[in-house]
Amino acid sequence: MAIFLTKESKVIVQGMTGATGMRHTRLMLADGTNIVGGVNPRKAGTSVDFDGTDVPVFGSVAEAIEKTGADVSVIFVPPAFAKAAVIEAIDAEIPLAVVITEGIAVHDSASFWAHAGEKGNKTRIIGPNCPGLITPGQSNAGIIPGDITKPGRIGLVSKSGTLTYQMMYELRDIGFSSAVGIGGDPIIGTTHIDALQAFQDDADTDLIVMIGEIGGDAEERAAAYIAEHITKPVVGYVAGFTAPEGKTMGHAGAIVSGSSGTAQAKKEALEAAGVKVGKTPSETARLARELIGK
Amino acid sequence: MDLFEYQARDIFAKHGVPVLGGAVIENAEEARAIAEGWGGRAVVKAQVKVGGRGKAGGVKLASDPADAVAKAEAILGMDIKGHTVHKVMLAQTADIKDEYYVSFLLDRTNRTFLAMASVEGGVEIEVVAVENPDALARIAVDANEGVTDAKAREIVEAAKFPADVADQIVEVLKSLWKVFIAEDALLVEVNPLVKTGDGKIVALDGKVSLDENADFRQPEHEALEDKAAANPLEAAAKAKNLNYVKLDGEVGIIGNGAGLVMSTLDVVAYAGEKHGNVKPANFLDIGGGASAQVMANGLGVILGDPDVKSVFVNVFGGITACDEVANGIVQALELLAAGGEAVTKPLVVRLDGNNAELGRKILSDANHPLVQRVDTMDEAADKAAELAAK
Repeated sequence: MAIFLTKESKVIVQGMTGATGMRHTRLMLADGTNIVGGVNPRKAGTSVDFDGTDVPVFGSVAEAIEKTGADVSVIFVPPAFAKAAVIEAIDAEIPLAVVITEGIAVHDSASFWAHAGEKGNKTRIIGPNCPGLITPGQSNAGIIPGDITKPGRIGLVSKSGTLTYQMMYELRDIGFSSAVGIGGDPIIGTTHIDALQAFQDDADTDLIVMIGEIGGDAEERAAAYIAEHITKPVVGYVAGFTAPEGKTMGHAGAIVSGSSGTAQAKKEALEAAGVKVGKTPSETARLARELIGK
Repeated sequence: MDLFEYQARDIFAKHGVPVLGGAVIENAEEARAIAEGWGGRAVVKAQVKVGGRGKAGGVKLASDPADAVAKAEAILGMDIKGHTVHKVMLAQTADIKDEYYVSFLLDRTNRTFLAMASVEGGVEIEVVAVENPDALARIAVDANEGVTDAKAREIVEAAKFPADVADQIVEVLKSLWKVFIAEDALLVEVNPLVKTGDGKIVALDGKVSLDENADFRQPEHEALEDKAAANPLEAAAKAKNLNYVKLDGEVGIIGNGAGLVMSTLDVVAYAGEKHGNVKPANFLDIGGGASAQVMANGLGVILGDPDVKSVFVNVFGGITACDEVANGIVQALELLAAGGEAVTKPLVVRLDGNNAELGRKILSDANHPLVQRVDTMDEAADKAAELAAK
């Protein structure tokens, strides 16, 4: 089954004709993703050849949906234009919009999130500033390398891209149902909680690995949610135990302010909810192995 | 980016938030003429980006121009919680009858904006929030609707502002919202917002924090950066577009991806516990697809840090291929050597993921005397900590 993305998903790419969009569209196709189109109003009606696969370019998300039945959009549009691109996806009521773009102004993210709410939240937003999601062996919507691991029964949700890759690599022999990178910005669409519930409901997931990092209180809220709603085993990891207060660690949202947002507080909250928390990625992988019996 | 009080005051004034006269100086003698212009009295306020400066002696009332010079002299150069005072702001004095609090900020939890207001201003609002939470009104503000008249009235009523100042505070809130939106702020805070003896509402002190992701449409924000205070290594890194934060340890860190680098700092700190308590010297994320030049820039900054005793390069090849990274390291060392920088500190390199075998072979073949290859993150961290402890 997997979550949010399967081999049935019909994927379009907003920003496909840019350098980053081209590169990753090629990689997504190589991973078996069913890419049905790109969106660029200035190149509408043309098509792009990716190693023998001809992908049409549409003038708008709405047109792409009408012509192809697309239900996922992956967005590679540069920060200055990302808000308009996401709003276009929301207005076209695409069920899933994956916003890869890094460096979007917070006011823009707040604005498109509010807009999604006004439109009745018909579009699930993943990101921004995220690596996207992958259902190994079926489909890949974003920039997660498709060859790290194979299909399996672990579900992964993570704020960080490279830690997602690291954890998939550590557990590559077991494999994953889906891995979702939710992004490290202060405002994101899909949260740990959303992904945890989806994995809870997914018949193909036996164990959930959750990766967090300093800043905000998303991990604490996820912990409270796990205690209440999640019956599958959860293993956690939080990055940034040694991060000093007041310094932003790469992700716009990764900052310890005063006593809030520390890795220690997040670890304690998760452990209180029965989550096994590793101190390092390798220890986290070991805890996951113990629980899954491999 | 957090602003100084005087910068916040200027931005408030620009968008119509009422403020008193103020001037920033770096030389105490300049205080004389400014105080004279205001009839002699002035408040002398240390400009530091840290709370609690009043308690630390960084805010003083001067009774005449000579006193203003003396007070400025005393405060300039003062150390407040590790921040040296390089500038003081002189502010006009106010006849304070009441002190209030208003702010707009990002509400991460609810993914929207939030107004906070209280009639109990002038103290640390965190204290009010804990000790008397009912006294702090919190009203959600829709990012697209913003602060309309009705929203401003709602905030005023929720915080129970007295009727005689309600209209003025509505106007202040609307102007402050303009600051929040027009400047792409993450936080705008007035504390205290005061009622003066003649019934006027004035912002006496404020905090503004700006979103650096919005710099592309905020060309004026660059001038607000406190370049003088930046750590020289951080400044050098920023000039080369590197995502670098100086820390106080001995193991230089380079990695790809913010999460992995944060995790690397932790793993090195844990390893350091076995090796004389050495710690990470920095955070440096070279991002995905880093070229040899980016690697050279990064290594250049880190090797230029006199505190660094060893360097740990931790790369997981996702989209990036490890053979490219390995070539990057080899070329970086050549570039640095060609640039006259003798590399003398040991490097521990861990490559995993895409094309890791090829990458490892390139490093083995290059056989650089200072480069050691270790194939897991934990073991590499241990080796880097051990080398730094020597």
